[in-house]
Amino acid sequence: MEDRAIIRLEHLSKSFTVRSGVFGGRKSMQVIGDLSLSISEGEVLCLVGESGCGKTTTGKLIVGLIKPTSGKILFEGQDIWDMSKEDFSSYRRAVQIVHQDPYSSLNPVHRIYNILSAPLFRHGIVRSRGEAEEKVLELLGRVDLTPPEDFIYKYPHQLSGGQRQRVAIARSLTLNPRFIVADEAVSMLDVSIRLSVIELLRRLKEEMNVAFLFITHDLAMAKYFGWEGRIAVMYLGRIVEIGPTPRVIENPSHPYTKALLMAIPEADPRITRSKKPMELRSLDIPSLLNLPPGCTFNPRCPFWIEGVCDKEVPEMYEPEKDHYVSCFLFRGK
Amino acid sequence: MAEEILNVENLFVEYSNVRGKVKAVRGVNLKLYKGENLALIGESGSGKTTLGTAIIRLLPSSGYIKEGRIVYKGNENGYDISKFSEKELRQFRWKEIAMVFQSALNSFNPVLKIWDQIYDTARSHGLNNRSLVREKATDILRYVQLDPERVINSYPHELSGGMRQRVLIAMSLLLEPKILILDEPTTALDILTQRNIIELLRIIKKDMGLSMLFISHDLSLAAELADRVAVMYAGAIVELGGVEDIFYRSRHPYTLGLIKAVPTVTAGFRELYSIPGSPPDLISLLPGCKFAPRCEHKEAGCENEEPLLVEVNSGHLVACFKHKEISNGR
Repeated sequence: MEDRAIIRLEHLSKSFTVRSGVFGGRKSMQVIGDLSLSISEGEVLCLVGESGCGKTTTGKLIVGLIKPTSGKILFEGQDIWDMSKEDFSSYRRAVQIVHQDPYSSLNPVHRIYNILSAPLFRHGIVRSRGEAEEKVLELLGRVDLTPPEDFIYKYPHQLSGGQRQRVAIARSLTLNPRFIVADEAVSMLDVSIRLSVIELLRRLKEEMNVAFLFITHDLAMAKYFGWEGRIAVMYLGRIVEIGPTPRVIENPSHPYTKALLMAIPEADPRITRSKKPMELRSLDIPSLLNLPPGCTFNPRCPFWIEGVCDKEVPEMYEPEKDHYVSCFLFRGK
Repeated sequence: MAEEILNVENLFVEYSNVRGKVKAVRGVNLKLYKGENLALIGESGSGKTTLGTAIIRLLPSSGYIKEGRIVYKGNENGYDISKFSEKELRQFRWKEIAMVFQSALNSFNPVLKIWDQIYDTARSHGLNNRSLVREKATDILRYVQLDPERVINSYPHELSGGMRQRVLIAMSLLLEPKILILDEPTTALDILTQRNIIELLRIIKKDMGLSMLFISHDLSLAAELADRVAVMYAGAIVELGGVEDIFYRSRHPYTLGLIKAVPTVTAGFRELYSIPGSPPDLISLLPGCKFAPRCEHKEAGCENEEPLLVEVNSGHLVACFKHKEISNGR
């Protein structure tokens, strides 16, 4: 199991420095705190959480766009920030990211051909324009932009949102990746388009055995895309629950996961109107600049135990096999 | 059903654009009854926001009502809103119909404190008594579960997304309108905040008995709050009915496609189906049913003539030639 990990995070943390006001001093804001995680070859891990919980930062750390404050990111057992130039280049090839917004992630003055062929030339996969064209046509076909000849010399603004996101996915495939971080990759798309892009990602996963970190705020989409994989629930920079998707959805254990599942509005009137949302002690999310001591969910948690939850940070407990929960309710279970 | 309060009759709205005329709303007939929640569901470009903004006459400058009437019956003698002058509109908006816009942050003036914005709104409708407005504002802010003293003295950026949304809802209720239009009231909010806003809207409806028109792309909002649902596609209503008619007994292939494309969390795992293709260009529309190019039930006739809404059951209307063969297979 351990050897199959393609990406492993060890005690990762990331802080940003922020200034408070014009005359205010600098403060350190911890966005990710002590995150450990491993993702195996070909696995799907869904990272869910609300805005500001650090899920996008986690994605950026994994693809090496930002450096961690402490801790390590291991790619096939090697620390990515302590690699030889050749190894780093092969890591960059193997690990790709698809961003949320297809309107800003594609350069508007480049044609699709240029967008997709640049990484191919950069990494020496093709040498001539003929080769590049052939490869780009193949990529466009693979993401169902057919006939590819109609798309190759278009500009991004000539495409719809769904088509642009397909181009962004095609770009992530140019270098035959083994791991893709999909950061809210379908959230901006319309309902009728969203699912076809999800199906495309599912198919690519099957055909190319790519591992996915699927970052989303949409639990229903995570459930659908990651049914055979795992879900990790993030709250204020920490993972509070992680386990096989069916277990986390059907047997949510952390109070925060429960609160989310009991609150989420669903597209079925009878189900959604019979929901009884959990009564939280507070509606406000604590500021990252001023995190509560102990378990960060304790000021909102209805199951909070005074003197325990506001003092100590809970470890990861394993109430059932492979299903981990960071909550004192599960200590010793 | 009860008395109608708003009647949109054969409404056409267009935008002029360098490429031509965008036919954003095409022949919509829609009634809103007293005390009901009506959800207007559709994807981007379906005309749902245009219809909402046309009702309170806040279309952008390139947009105009080409044809049709919007009759408001909240007062004794019905008014046709589409014929109102600017002056009449100023008196009408907020007082009779208020609207909560999509982006909670952009709806505020960033350099004015919340109190100034509330007072400005009240003053422009003739409420000049500062302490009276203050009292009213305090009441209404407390009603939407905010701490009035804190909120009134804050700038918009000092409030969280959910708080801003609650302030907007409070402001829209300040002049006790009879109709509230809410454009994507929960989009872009976190799940726990969404739930909070939904519960708040439920309480408001119960207490005040006003009529609400929700505009959203999100089926779950309709599932939560709507009494009736209207589904829009390419500028027209393609299906209209009670919330259970739409979610469990839909007879239009587009509505069914939408429902089957949205995953649920609590129900067991099920496969989903996507609708092929993409929505049409509203500038150069083809004749016939606008959904036909994406429809798996399409026949030769569908592309010649556009189907009209027909009643398939009491209060359940569908615009599809093949509605008899279509049913929700769930």
